[in-house]
Amino acid sequence: MPGPTRGFLGRRRAAGDPRLPPGQYDAGSDWPVLTAEPTPRIAPETWTITVDGEVETPTTWTWDEAHALPSSEYRGDIHCVTTWSKFDTRFGGISVDSLLELARPTAEGRFVMATSKTGYTTNLPIEDVTGGKAWLVWEFDGKPLTAEHGGPVRMLVPHLYFWKSAKWISRITVLKRDQPGFWEQNGYHDRGDPWKQQRYQGD
Amino acid sequence: MTAPAGGWRTATVAGLRRPIARSVELRLDVHDRVDHLPGQHYVVRLTAEDGYTAQRSYSVASAPGDPLVELFVERLDDGEVSTYLADVVEPGDELEVRGPIGGWFVWDGATPALLVGGGSGVVPLVAMVRHARALGRLDLLRVAVSARTLAELPYADELVEAGALIALTREAHGIRPAARLTDMDLLPLWEPGQTAYVCGSAGFAESASQLLVGLGLPPASVRVERFGPSALELPKR
Repeated sequence: MPGPTRGFLGRRRAAGDPRLPPGQYDAGSDWPVLTAEPTPRIAPETWTITVDGEVETPTTWTWDEAHALPSSEYRGDIHCVTTWSKFDTRFGGISVDSLLELARPTAEGRFVMATSKTGYTTNLPIEDVTGGKAWLVWEFDGKPLTAEHGGPVRMLVPHLYFWKSAKWISRITVLKRDQPGFWEQNGYHDRGDPWKQQRYQGD
Repeated sequence: MTAPAGGWRTATVAGLRRPIARSVELRLDVHDRVDHLPGQHYVVRLTAEDGYTAQRSYSVASAPGDPLVELFVERLDDGEVSTYLADVVEPGDELEVRGPIGGWFVWDGATPALLVGGGSGVVPLVAMVRHARALGRLDLLRVAVSARTLAELPYADELVEAGALIALTREAHGIRPAARLTDMDLLPLWEPGQTAYVCGSAGFAESASQLLVGLGLPPASVRVERFGPSALELPKR
């Protein structure tokens, strides 16, 4: 470890807040928007989510069909690789488990690729999107999720850096082998655990 | 194309300039450096005496051929890292940096590109302009930049010299009256086959990228880099 930076005192430190992973700061009430592409405008009536790949029953749900699944809420914190964290968020939607239980991944399906309407992709081990750890969400704080934040529907995988929570989600493909998604091809880590600071390839 | 990526390095501050109020251009001698492509960024990590660290990303303004790496840092009043870099750093200081980073918002120096930047969002575009100038290929680039006033536009002289369209929101520039960047500003710059690079605040990047899509650019050809707080209305908490 290099020594201290001359004259740097540090003033953001959130009094050792245990909710803050290393290298992160509390963004407070702000919620920065970071995307690599123009924001698409997707009407809920035209939105669908498809689960395919290594599954027994490839399935597509419409907006109404997805809303008929058991609702599920996430309350907690989110962490962006650009170093902001946001505490006490509240998202409403469905659990990814609800979709996978119906599509039924085969025994060989060990990874997923989440794909956005824009073509954005991000890869995850299947264990990171099952067991109550991942959601498709259409509400933030009880209001419809805005297009800038991935509405009408985004994925939410809050225990990983937020680029894994694909905005404008349209497809979840179950895979036998891991493949790098958009940022993962562009230098970012394959898993992205904020508590291990897995920001870039090699971390 | 796979963009270059570098790990943690020590950089010595070779010099700094403050041509724009509330910002600093840091000229860094990065030891054992991996050359970047224009558009990439570096992370700067500061460490306090007790081991506390803070890190932020800054775009590179220099061309790959520059022997030094130049970072442009806008000083945010509540910024922990930017206030240190703008107020405390002196030539000779050592900084811990990591880079280059980012494989999407990069220009290869060989393909036609439309560059659209707002405020300090012009910085990675300046690296592209400098690289094009070094290659003798400024003909590949069309540039439009926006700021409140010319005095607040980073690298204004270089951008004017490169023929950039300058859209100022608080003062006229030449015959162009004070106004936000419009589709009519961008229309003459657009040519089929260009990749567009849009960089700025969340609000600027959103509106500029929507202008380009409205002009008919395929969304897949518009690369966006946003920074800073969201300009969107947020629910009261």
